[in-house]
Amino acid sequence: MSDNSATSRIQSEINDNDVVLFMKGSPMFPQCGFSAAVAHALTTIQVKFKGVDVLEDQEIRDGIKEFSNWPTIPQLYVKGEFIGGCDIVREMFESGELQQTLTEKGVEHAA
Amino acid sequence: MAMEAADIEQLIKDSIPDAVVTIEDLRGDGDHYAAYVVSSSFTGKSRVQQHQMVYQALQGRMGGELHALALQTSTPD
Repeated sequence: MSDNSATSRIQSEINDNDVVLFMKGSPMFPQCGFSAAVAHALTTIQVKFKGVDVLEDQEIRDGIKEFSNWPTIPQLYVKGEFIGGCDIVREMFESGELQQTLTEKGVEHAA
Repeated sequence: MAMEAADIEQLIKDSIPDAVVTIEDLRGDGDHYAAYVVSSSFTGKSRVQQHQMVYQALQGRMGGELHALALQTSTPD
């Protein structure tokens, strides 16, 4: 079933990478302002992350919304945990909470 | 298809009755909104869960007819 394969592909991206951003476009060439904002925050604090371009994969694009019960993209995952979408990540980045969360989870980043 | 700010507020209040909702039409185009939602029902919930409650209230419109709704939630204090 296609749904299951999307879910298992999402799960393996999240298992295989400490920091995963499901986004529109690539980290270098985001195709949406919200995705760009989150990619920019991650780049600013120099955290290594895997960008998954949902525009290239409709199954993932639909599947990720069900996976997390979250209706929008981008979506950030750290060590398997859903951290949030654009609003939450931006708020956390500005308050320093994002950096703190990464530290707590043992993910390398700049201050 | 754009939504009226008043409709957004109503949907949120239907589902979270004690919510204090402030909506800003960011560009004055009826398409880019920011919503601030304060409710005691958010107490003890993570930020992700608080946003999920608001998205739930919007009944699938978020990500559809509502492309741009910047959301901030908090508890009254």
